Amino acid sequence: MMEFWNRFRQNRGAVVGLLILLLIVVLAAAAPLLYPKSPWSMVQRPFLAPFAMDAFPLGTDPMGRDVASAVAHGARVSLLVGLVSTVVSMLIGVPIGAIAGYFGGRIDDALMRFTELFQTVPSFALAVVLVAIFQPSLYSIVIAIALVSWPPVARLLRSEVMALRSREFVEAAILSGQRARTIILRQILPNTLSAIIVMASMMVAAAILIESSLSFLGLGDPNVMSWGYVIGAGRTVIRQAWWVSFFPGLAILLTVLALNLIGEGLNDAMNPRLKRRGK
Amino acid sequence: MKHETIAKPVVEIERLSVALPDGADRPYAVDRVSFRIAPGQLLCVVGESGSGKSMSANALMGLLPEGVRVSNGRILLDGTDLLTQSEDALHDIRGRRVAMIFQEPMTALNPLMKVSAQIEEVFEAHGLLTPAERRAKALSLLEEVGLPDPPRAAASFPFQLSGGQRQRVMIAMALALEPQVLIADEPTTALDVTTQAQILRLIARLQRDRNMAVMFITHDFGVVAEIADYVAVMQLGRVVEEGTVEQVLFNPQHDYTRKLIAAIPKMQAGMRAPVTSAPILTVEGLTKTYRQGGGLFSRPREVHAVQDVSFSLAKGETLGIVGESGSGKSSVGRCLVRLQDPDGGRVLLDGQDMATLRGEELRRVRRRMQMIFQDPYGSLNPRERVGRIIASGPIAYGEDPAKAMAEAADLLEMVGLKRDAAHRFPHEFSGGQRQRIGIARALALKPGIIIADEAVSALDVSIQAQVLDLLQSLKRDLGLSLIFITHDLRVAAQICDRVMVMQKGRVVELGSGAEIFDAPRHPYTRSLIDAIPGRAHEARMI
Repeated sequence: MMEFWNRFRQNRGAVVGLLILLLIVVLAAAAPLLYPKSPWSMVQRPFLAPFAMDAFPLGTDPMGRDVASAVAHGARVSLLVGLVSTVVSMLIGVPIGAIAGYFGGRIDDALMRFTELFQTVPSFALAVVLVAIFQPSLYSIVIAIALVSWPPVARLLRSEVMALRSREFVEAAILSGQRARTIILRQILPNTLSAIIVMASMMVAAAILIESSLSFLGLGDPNVMSWGYVIGAGRTVIRQAWWVSFFPGLAILLTVLALNLIGEGLNDAMNPRLKRRGK
Repeated sequence: MKHETIAKPVVEIERLSVALPDGADRPYAVDRVSFRIAPGQLLCVVGESGSGKSMSANALMGLLPEGVRVSNGRILLDGTDLLTQSEDALHDIRGRRVAMIFQEPMTALNPLMKVSAQIEEVFEAHGLLTPAERRAKALSLLEEVGLPDPPRAAASFPFQLSGGQRQRVMIAMALALEPQVLIADEPTTALDVTTQAQILRLIARLQRDRNMAVMFITHDFGVVAEIADYVAVMQLGRVVEEGTVEQVLFNPQHDYTRKLIAAIPKMQAGMRAPVTSAPILTVEGLTKTYRQGGGLFSRPREVHAVQDVSFSLAKGETLGIVGESGSGKSSVGRCLVRLQDPDGGRVLLDGQDMATLRGEELRRVRRRMQMIFQDPYGSLNPRERVGRIIASGPIAYGEDPAKAMAEAADLLEMVGLKRDAAHRFPHEFSGGQRQRIGIARALALKPGIIIADEAVSALDVSIQAQVLDLLQSLKRDLGLSLIFITHDLRVAAQICDRVMVMQKGRVVELGSGAEIFDAPRHPYTRSLIDAIPGRAHEARMI
């Protein structure tokens, strides 16, 4: 573990990313303490510029709501949606990919055609349709994001498992009488872990972006404040009140950037041989 | 071949030390090593893996891996110290004055470039000759290294050539700029024995014709006996003994050299009483054909890996299957345990045909036939603890996990490891230790037959001897039957009761060890035995 941290630490970008993400997590966790009032409540006159009043450092939106409070509460939603939808899409993609890769042949064909069915539809359009059909709510958003983002997981797992399938330790496990389920769970999946973790960190970032885009289009959960929603709300007044869209946008940028940096750092630390070499 | 040297050495390495990064298992990969090689002389650097032999060659080429650096000493090429030269000057020296050939010619060649283009590129990189001259030179080089039909070889891609032909291409590239010094790093290790003999002859001829200094790195004393003028034996970064072949091979002074030479399996089949017990396994007409590709308009390519192979294995007997790569020897083993499904034939294990069993029935029968794999690194799951690796077989057949783990610890002791090894991960063990773990795993299911597929090929010769001893004694104590698949005839001669020689999927000869090795009847068997390096000198090695 120590060794892993030492390798991770060598990638300075990844450490910066980790710090940013920690800040955002702290912000999300502390939001109800920092801003006990609902972020939807109107607290000041509309269009208050940032830093005009000490109590509202990021200003207010066209309805007089506190932008800082919206950013803090939005962090909760974004991180939650990003994390949960990634977990759900792993739960779909990992078994499908592992089974397709391990058994091959017709099972592989069937599962991969099924996967392609999802891949041929542009994923964001599919997410919009799904949320629109199921009524916007946190659940439907998470499900929609998971449903459009599992195919790459399945593809990755399939190729990893196919490569591991022919390794001697897997053949030895077959000979020692272990059943397919045991072999996949005990021999193969633990060896794909690093690929899965790296992919997951990138997927959380992608999920946050999809959620923001959905909220921007007005397809967010109407009961929770999210970054995308605030940007959408500030869109029409961007020339008078740039800060309404700017700060949540910055929050999205930083979070996604942080997650990508971490993903890259994890990749370097877990697959040291693939690391790009600098002279 | 063995002439006295009066010539001035072209390469002089003086007290060279190469430092490893912090945290490596020793501070120096190469520790105060000195060599000198004169023109027309061939120096063999011999040692086991990790002895620093390749590292010294890489230092000479200025090609040390990242984090490894020369900490002391001088490398003189014709009197100039290479360590003080700039990267540009080294670039000019590499290829033009010092050239190198590697172990694996497939990875050293660019798979997407035709052979002639790769040779021409050598001249291009040094800005020499016109394109037409380069092409002509490439052809003449290919001819010089003895490729049949040089124009066709020049127009081929690397994958269209055999391993030996690829190595000849590599040698042609190395010779292109007429270097004074050739470094050959295990150039024949990946080749079949008959091909190896040809490449060794080629290197010896070129060295003589061109009066080159050659530094030849190998782990194989047989190869040393064939071609060396001078020998340096390395152990853990130090040269422990050096001298002429005569001195080092036939009159070794250092204990380590003696140990290495003693560990070489001797090429003579011991007088063994034939095993007369009833057969436990009978194979009849086993056939396996691989089909590749094939689409709407093309017929699939067929490779007859195993053709009509029949043999039987008595209880307590060791049967060797020997052959070169592509002979189908591994396919036979894999068909027996049904890692591959044979296309035809019967595999009778105590009278029951294993070749057609499926599913649960196959699983039940298969525990009686276990396998030991070649690669000590790839055959153990890096994320499972050793105890669990060994115990998972019995657990899969319903054994109580606690009992299976206790038995795994017993097995570890039986194969010469400590009981507490069970709690550690495979990467904490050396290659030989891992192979012992692999043996313990195979024994865990108490099989009657063990198939060892090149089980000692990846090991150093001294470790190889220990593992072979272990297999022998386990076999005796547990009454096992052993099928030993190998390309190494010395190993086969040492441990097999009977030997089956395969070529291109067919059995060409099957007989007792003494029959096969002392009086081979088939010409192919004879050519295999003749090609074993160092055979002529064997009697004189202690």
